Amino acid sequence: MFSRDDKVSAIRLTAAQYMILAIFLMLAYGLWKLQVMESGYYASAAEKNRIRNVPILAPRGKILDREGRVIVDNYPSFSALLLRDSSRDLNADADLIAQGLHLDPTEVRTRIRRFASMPQYQPIFLKEDITPDELAFIDAHRNELPELDTIVAHRRLYPRNGFMAHLIGYVGEVTEDMLNQPQFELYNPGDVVGVSGVERQYNNALMGKNGARRALVNSHGREVGLLGETDAIPGKQLKLTLDIDLQIAAEEALEGKNGAIVAMDPRTGEILAMVSRPTFDPQSFSVRVSRDQWSKLVNDEDHPLMNKAIQAQLAPGSTFKIIMATAGLQEGIAQDLHVNCTGGGTFYGRYFKCWIAARHQTHGPVDIVKGIYQSCDVFFYTLGEKLGIDRIAKYAMALGMGQKTGIDLPQEASGVMPSEEWKIKNFKQKWFAGETISVSIGQGAVAATPIQMARAFAAIASGGRMVRPHVTNPTDLPPGIVPAQNVPDEVTIPIDPKNWEIITDAMAQVVSPVGTAGASAIKDVDMAGKTGSAQTVSNALKAKMSASDKAKYKDNGWFVGVEPRRNPEIVVCALFEEGEHGSLAAHVVSDVIKAYVEKQRRLPTKMAKSAGNAEIGAVWTEPGPDGGEQTLQGGHFFVDVAKRPLTASTQYLVPSTGKMQ
Amino acid sequence: MSRYVSFRDFDWLLLIFVLMICGLGVMEIRSATVHTKFAGSHIRQIYWVVGGVGMMFLVSLVNYQALLDRIHWFYIAGVASLMAVLLFGQRFLGAKRWIKMPGGNHFQPSEWVKLILILAMAKFFADLRHRELSWPDFMKAGAIVVIPMLLVLKQPDLGTALTYIPIAVMGVFLGGMQWKQGLLVAVLAGIAVVAVFFIPQVHVLKGYQKQRLTSFQHPEDDPQGTGYQVEQSKIAVGSGGLWGGKGSQTHGAFLPVPQTDFIFAAFSEEHGFVGALGVLLLYFIVLMRLTQNAQTAPDRAGTFVVMGVVAVLSFHILVNVGMVVGFMPVTGIPLPLMSYGGSSVLFMFLALGMVMNVRMRRFVN
Repeated sequence: MFSRDDKVSAIRLTAAQYMILAIFLMLAYGLWKLQVMESGYYASAAEKNRIRNVPILAPRGKILDREGRVIVDNYPSFSALLLRDSSRDLNADADLIAQGLHLDPTEVRTRIRRFASMPQYQPIFLKEDITPDELAFIDAHRNELPELDTIVAHRRLYPRNGFMAHLIGYVGEVTEDMLNQPQFELYNPGDVVGVSGVERQYNNALMGKNGARRALVNSHGREVGLLGETDAIPGKQLKLTLDIDLQIAAEEALEGKNGAIVAMDPRTGEILAMVSRPTFDPQSFSVRVSRDQWSKLVNDEDHPLMNKAIQAQLAPGSTFKIIMATAGLQEGIAQDLHVNCTGGGTFYGRYFKCWIAARHQTHGPVDIVKGIYQSCDVFFYTLGEKLGIDRIAKYAMALGMGQKTGIDLPQEASGVMPSEEWKIKNFKQKWFAGETISVSIGQGAVAATPIQMARAFAAIASGGRMVRPHVTNPTDLPPGIVPAQNVPDEVTIPIDPKNWEIITDAMAQVVSPVGTAGASAIKDVDMAGKTGSAQTVSNALKAKMSASDKAKYKDNGWFVGVEPRRNPEIVVCALFEEGEHGSLAAHVVSDVIKAYVEKQRRLPTKMAKSAGNAEIGAVWTEPGPDGGEQTLQGGHFFVDVAKRPLTASTQYLVPSTGKMQ
Repeated sequence: MSRYVSFRDFDWLLLIFVLMICGLGVMEIRSATVHTKFAGSHIRQIYWVVGGVGMMFLVSLVNYQALLDRIHWFYIAGVASLMAVLLFGQRFLGAKRWIKMPGGNHFQPSEWVKLILILAMAKFFADLRHRELSWPDFMKAGAIVVIPMLLVLKQPDLGTALTYIPIAVMGVFLGGMQWKQGLLVAVLAGIAVVAVFFIPQVHVLKGYQKQRLTSFQHPEDDPQGTGYQVEQSKIAVGSGGLWGGKGSQTHGAFLPVPQTDFIFAAFSEEHGFVGALGVLLLYFIVLMRLTQNAQTAPDRAGTFVVMGVVAVLSFHILVNVGMVVGFMPVTGIPLPLMSYGGSSVLFMFLALGMVMNVRMRRFVN
């Protein structure tokens, strides 16, 4: 049995051979399947692997003022990336990297660790919007730190300190919600779109079309060759009707106050200036807004993100009396109405005070003219009683109360103009005649936005010609861009020329020594207007309040002014929240009107007068394909001043550094 | 036992085919690494092959019978070195596989244990002269392999541990395995797979190992991990087509480690179905030549030694090429003779040296 010749079973050896043959046939089949049967699929997969479409980001269009001065520009912003395909020990380099980019070394290491499980070809974003010296650091260390790289993106360069922020708006990455809406279906995730203001309204014009570069890449995403390029189509520049000189005056007039200013050309509806306070810095949104910062802005009681010029719906107070006067005169009631003001009057069984009563005075005999320039409440209570709410509402609605003005800005508020019908529709209640008395002086249910008041005053002072406000002229819009609008450009409300003269003359007297805003008169300027101070809480409630609460709920001051008094060239509405009295708002308006008149009279504007460079923040140059003589070197803008001498309306400014180069 | 051993009986034909495979390997290593930080690897590979051939001649001179007589010492030494690795080994990439030698070299005992196991199996079955394998002997054969296997698994080095299995299977099969024993092995294997993958309380494999072993079935689920490697490998092989192409997968670094574990994918991409099939054919010729040598071996032990080598080589080819074409999981098993790496090359030539050793003594009895 134990023989040395006892060989291993030949059958089993043969079986092993067949087993090996089977293995090889299986492997050969696997190769045949991949390389012959499915070779086309894998060939295209290989192609897709190594060809990448790298988007070339299109810069957004610039936003210009009516004279072509740049309000919003772009600047190239660099982000620092950490590539992980190089053979470098990233942790060892972390200290040097952190030092050069002004980061915390442990933070850099934490990021590296957090991304360790991510695919190697995905670079780590270390820092966005790096400064020129950080960019220089990366450039200088190409050899020592090959893993550091940068990518460039165009970012919005907005004026500083929230200048014109509400009108311009800001941009942000398109949200998932937006992508689901049909009007945004052409956008791609990651696209930067306008989120508010003009940026949003005219996003289609401002947003360019990204180009693409077909690049050969390796598995680490590093480009190793170029196959072809389609150029980006830059966004079109947008010319606004805004005038920077006037905007500066308006911004300064409202500095330190809460409220809004809107200035419009009543002949065309062109918005010349628009300010809302408090403001926000859209620049801080152009990189990335932090959650804290955002919730702070959203939860702020003063609503810094709200464009109060078109969104604040407040009681217009005595400015409403001009609408009342129009109704009263057109209906033939006000002309012959004479009232004796004793500091108040009883209407529908209730006693209503005149504002003068607080000064322990009376207006005495009052007609329509004195009623306007002295803003006598008793006169308008009486007029309101005679007119009735529906006749008031008829004229007020015709003058645009309770409806959107149709301005080409997003999220305009419509305000409220009460009527019997409105009361039943909204409250299922009959209108109480007593409510008409409050409405007569712009209190009660009536609520208006500053733009609505400006438009109504403009219409009355222009003899009934009412225009739709707008921030761009259709002729200035790029081809194919049509502003969406539901409001006709122009409507004429019949106002008898005699009535028109009575009202405008009375408005002129408001800024005369006998008027409520006498101190706001400007020498040699034919300004007219109407003050208003609107309660934010009812008198009854205020009576119960403590002194501190009374201080908190101060009256809002209003003033709407025109210049000249008839067929005005400019109408300015100022809302001065907690300004207590309309006369303070009148100062704000007269500042803006003064700036307008001085500019018309070719007096040097504030910008032209400034010895150095008026500093607002954006880069102001004349429009050109690439910002005129403006070049970028090492992250800084350089403007060739010699080629483009400074003129009264053209200034060159440098971004963030704020210095001339 | 007479000593008429001459190199006339050396299997020159086998060596020629083996060197052809090595030559294709060197060529492909050069092509895959030429523009990378691994450039020049092919030169080092040539050194390893030359050294391996030298080792092969040396090993063929030592009578394998003499080795088999001392195999228990080798076995003990092998197991001891595996334990030493676990106790004093260098941790590299999360696994303890190497012992640092005084000369600065790293020694990976698990490779040499493979050779020891081939010899141990040969010795064990050569001494059994029964037609059928008894149950106690079946168990003993299993234990001989399982002990070092568990030590290697503990490192953890799943790939190498798995390569011990075919040695045992081949030994048991040729040693007269009964069909019931075969059934038992199949059932145990089935239970082990189920337990390892589906019962969370069993911690034999680490999470990444499990993932590696399963992701090849659904590479699209995990395009960046192991599944990514399989997918890129399939793309490389598939895009090679019938005649081969430019090799963008290999040169664009989409293919992971194209000079070692995925060298066959790199070769298939550049030389197509025709080239890949040619390489498989060369391997098949080598394996058939080896089995022929096993049949003409002077004794049972010689047959077992050669068939042990056949088992390991076949298993490597099955698992590596299978991985490259997406049939098998990624286990980190190189393709013998082609993949870059000293340990792998030296092991193969030492194993071939044992085969030569057996062949040169075929007329000696």
